[in-house]
Amino acid sequence: MAERIRLSATSDRPYKFLLRGAALFFGAVIILFVWSVLHTAWPAIRAFGFHLVTGKTWAAGNGPFGALPLIVDTLLTTLIALVIAVPIGLASALALLYLIPQRIRNTASSLIELLAAVPSVVYGLWGLWFLIPWFTKTLEPFLAGITGGGWPFNGAHEGFGVLLAGVVLAVMILPTIVAISRDVISVVPSELIEGGLSLGATRSQVYTRVVLPSARTGIFGAIALGAGRALGETIAVAMVIGSNPQLPHSLFSSGATLASTIATEFGEATGSTTSALAALALMLMIITASVNAGARVLTNRALKGNS
Amino acid sequence: MSMTDLDLPPDPILERRQEIQKRAAQTIGRRTVASRAFLLVLLLAFVVALIPLGSVIFALLQKGASSISWPFLSKLPSQPSLIAQNAIGGIGNAIEGTLIIAGLALLIAVPLAMLIGLYLSETSSHVANFLRAIVEIMTGLPSILLGVFAYEYLVVPMGGASGLAGIVALAVLMVPVIAKASELAFRGVPTSLREAGLALGARSSKVTRGVIIPAALPGVITGVLLSLARAMGETAPLLLVIGTSISWNWNPLHGMSALSLLTYDYSGSQYPSQRAAAWGVALTLVALVMIFIFSSRLISAHMRRERH
Repeated sequence: MAERIRLSATSDRPYKFLLRGAALFFGAVIILFVWSVLHTAWPAIRAFGFHLVTGKTWAAGNGPFGALPLIVDTLLTTLIALVIAVPIGLASALALLYLIPQRIRNTASSLIELLAAVPSVVYGLWGLWFLIPWFTKTLEPFLAGITGGGWPFNGAHEGFGVLLAGVVLAVMILPTIVAISRDVISVVPSELIEGGLSLGATRSQVYTRVVLPSARTGIFGAIALGAGRALGETIAVAMVIGSNPQLPHSLFSSGATLASTIATEFGEATGSTTSALAALALMLMIITASVNAGARVLTNRALKGNS
Repeated sequence: MSMTDLDLPPDPILERRQEIQKRAAQTIGRRTVASRAFLLVLLLAFVVALIPLGSVIFALLQKGASSISWPFLSKLPSQPSLIAQNAIGGIGNAIEGTLIIAGLALLIAVPLAMLIGLYLSETSSHVANFLRAIVEIMTGLPSILLGVFAYEYLVVPMGGASGLAGIVALAVLMVPVIAKASELAFRGVPTSLREAGLALGARSSKVTRGVIIPAALPGVITGVLLSLARAMGETAPLLLVIGTSISWNWNPLHGMSALSLLTYDYSGSQYPSQRAAAWGVALTLVALVMIFIFSSRLISAHMRRERH
């Protein structure tokens, strides 16, 4: 009998090898992937060093290659997207969980998921030919009216620019924020909610003072995941931001992000420009990988800790 | 030092409770109104969240539906010129390119991703945890980075853009998504099923083939179709590596056309006819993506119903 079992165990080795081999192969692909970006970026890193990160002027072709405006625009567009998408996303998640009747809840969830299914190039097209007219004629004059044409709503009303990119990004990260925060809020123990209600708190008080605080780790994770998507979104931003690498002087000014610059300039790039663009890719990889890793730690902790 | 119950000092907790109850009763009307208003705001926010979806679909239909016709979907593009400014031709080869690139990427990605999913669901070691973390981080990485990867390893050595480079970039993008989905699906198979198989004397490879994969199939298929839908819409990596083509090209070693990339190219074109056609291309792309999303829903719902 013991003989049989050992026999069976040995003849199962190919299967184990197959699984391990697949895992190893994928690990190797990832290493090659990181290496390809590093390797292409290396000449630019050697030639320009820290100036790549701190330089204030980016000019494809002969340089200089200073990515500071790109980094600032990347962070600014992401910030605008979060300011819009986080409140709407959290409110939608609460509405989905507690307000929308059971019968249509699945349909409502699917509608939000459909937002995530629209390809980013379509959002770019929508922003370019549908939102820009509305921005130039309605939204930008209205915002400029609030501050009397002063900062941060100064400058020409061209439609495209940092603000439009932020709004398009907000739409694109909304489904991520809704879906993840819905999941982490749904594991808040119902005893907490019932306890709050039985003490005489109203529903809104329970949602804002019990549910959201106890799900905050996971909600931060959801926000970070959304931020990770916004930081790396490429095509839609490239279509609506105006592709003008400059430090923004207003929310209406045109700009260029790390990802959008790679997309718009890689095609015609040669030599040092290619290498400098790969350096942008490296920065983007470091930023998004750390944001995503942080987000995963938070969401995993929230989903495991409470269930 | 004897104490009687009668001359106890007033209990501060009781007093505090009475105070709270009084205030709660006094404010209940105001709080209820505030609560209702807040709930209304939540519902409104949900409606606001759906406005962009409605707006995108409206724009696609309003501006794209008029371009759609059988010649548009089946013919080759014709380049507008100063003489024939309205020439647009069709997008047949872009549909073909999208299907070939996404389809071949899927063929590469699915076996590898399912093996990784199995590995992650069956092993619990530091290596597996590390790989799981890598897979999760990869799912959120900007797709354009895979374009740089395919450019370095395929476009540069081959001396030119090719559909193959796009296929490889999309395959590497799909693997983590499918691996994650199939890991979850494999983990969802009850341990009792696996143990029953093992108790009957089957090897674990046999249990995997005969029990775990069939039981987890709806989840895996859903993940596969969703990642296919996502891959068909990807533009950024293709922009760097697949070049372009204005003919029917069935050979992935040469440049290819794709719907997503064509939408991008047409949207910034100097010719009004191409800018208008961009909406038709986008509508075709969204329709294709939606077909795969809805079929993934139907398949998983159907298989779940059949099993129970």
